[in-house]
Order: sequence, then structure tokens, then C-alpha cells
Amino acid sequence: MPQSRFPAHPSDAESPQPGEQALARPVVSDARAASTAGTLDPDTLARAQAGDHQAFAQLYSLHKRRIYSLCLRMVGNIAEAEDLTQEAFLQLHRKIATFRGDSAFSTWLHRLAINVVLMQLRKKGLSLISLDEAMEPAAEERPGRSFGEQDLSLSGAIDRLALQRAIDNLPAGYRLIFVLHDIEGFEHNEIAVMLDCSVGNSKSQLHKARLKLRDELRTYPQEEGRR
Amino acid sequence: MSQEANQDANNLTCAAFQAQLPDLIATGENVSGHPHLKDCELCRALLADLETIAEAARQLFPIEEEPSDKLWEHIESAIKGEKESSNSGMSAEPA
Repeated sequence: MPQSRFPAHPSDAESPQPGEQALARPVVSDARAASTAGTLDPDTLARAQAGDHQAFAQLYSLHKRRIYSLCLRMVGNIAEAEDLTQEAFLQLHRKIATFRGDSAFSTWLHRLAINVVLMQLRKKGLSLISLDEAMEPAAEERPGRSFGEQDLSLSGAIDRLALQRAIDNLPAGYRLIFVLHDIEGFEHNEIAVMLDCSVGNSKSQLHKARLKLRDELRTYPQEEGRR
Repeated sequence: MSQEANQDANNLTCAAFQAQLPDLIATGENVSGHPHLKDCELCRALLADLETIAEAARQLFPIEEEPSDKLWEHIESAIKGEKESSNSGMSAEPA
């Protein structure tokens, strides 16, 4: 059977670092995280691991955009994203000496940052008791049912800003799974481990998130036209 | 897909098809070949939209935002605070 047009995300074989949560490995993210950050000089990394502040500042400069963008997508709020970016780099500072080089540094940092965001979301109660229930948005936030509708479809390409705005407007649970799967490239089984939910729940939430985005994007041109 | 299964898939209502859609999509196979879609324009449009959204999301990955310049100052300050706190803890006399 031919492959779907839905992006596929092959698995990465790398193991998590000791002490890390069984966080999924962004396969794609290994290549993807590395591709978007600047080139890291091994000497700079070694110096940062030995406590050189200037070297650490260089690491920050190289990776700040990638990590901040990840946090911003996951929480959809600038102030909170900056707080989380700060916490991620503080954790990096505390743990950098334990980086063994088993994975790309950018992948390791990426995982560390996702853990920071998830910890924060847990503190806010997203998954403390029952993620399956906690992630289910209120009825008014759910996507409309599609069968029987006569609405127009999205036409071709989607405006990037419209999509970004629609993602920001998603309920937290939907946004989290959509960002992790469709943007960051994690698989459902990886997300299920990360978020302590079932694989079925991850699939279902992702589907609902895409439906919700579709609803939002179909109303976008009309809303823009009124401005 | 067997002929019988194919017939069943043809007879699916849109609601039933859409209930299966999350699992169908997650298989990674090409859902557009599903028998229900042959005669259902509505579900074809839905699938096309969902694929478009997923593809557009993937294009967002390389786009990066810049944090404020103040952020590094905050991080430096916090690192300094942690170091001072750690040093004062180490130099304290045991009770």
C-alpha cells in the first residue's frame, strides 16, 4: 500500500540518559534539532562541561532559539516560554557534566527541555490524576463533528501565521500532543510514555486537535476579512 | 482487504468511518485508498484537510523565534545565585 501523506516519524535507537524520564526520542528530532541549531565546536562543549562560563554562554547563543521555540509552541505563551527556557538552561548548567556524548548534544538538550515543560504542565495539574480526563477539553472547546457538514474545505496551502495562531488557541492538552507529534516528530507510543496516557488516547487527542485546527482555519479568512 | 471487508468498508457511514480515522491515519498507510472514500466527497475533503494540516505543521519545525535579550541576563543571574548558594553551603561549619 502506498504511504500516507501524513508525516511518518521513524524511531531512533538511542537510549535515554540515566535519571531522565523515559522520554521519547525524537528521531527526526535528532537530525532536526541538530539541523536548526548552529554548529557546536566540541571544544566549546568540553569547556562548558568543565565549568567555563563563556563556553556556556556560547552554547546558549547556539541553542536559545530552538529551545525557546519549542517551549513557546508547547505552552503558547511568551512569558511562560521564557521562564521555561530559563529553567531548561539552568538544568543544562547543572547537568551538562553528565552529558556523555551518546547522542547529539542538541537532541539531549531538546529532551531535557521537553522534560522541563512537561514537569511544569504537571505542576499545573495537566496530568496529575488522570491525563485522559484532564486533557479532555470542555465541550465548547471540542472540535465540531464533521459528518453531515457542508462546509468548504481548506483550500490548498495553509497560511503559516494562521496555523500558528490556531495552534496557540488550541486547548492545552490538544496543543501538547499536536506539537509533540506533528511538529516535533514524536511517535504515539513515545508520547504515551511521556504523558502517561494510552496510545489510543494520544491518537484520539491528535485527531481531535487536527479537527479543531481545521475548524479554526476554515473560519480564519472570514475573521481576517472583518478586521 | 477481502471482498467482504471491502463491501463492509463501502457501507460504512461517515460517522463510523470518521470514528476509525484516528487509527487508520496512525497506521501510516495511505488512507485515501479506503473504499468509503470512493463515494464520499465529504470524508475525502476531511482527509485532505487533515493531511494538509499535518504537512503544514511539519513545515513549522525549522521556524524559530528569538527570546528576549533579557533572558540571558536572568539565566546568568540565576547561575550566579546557585553558585553562591552552593559555595556558602560548602563553607558552612558543620553543627
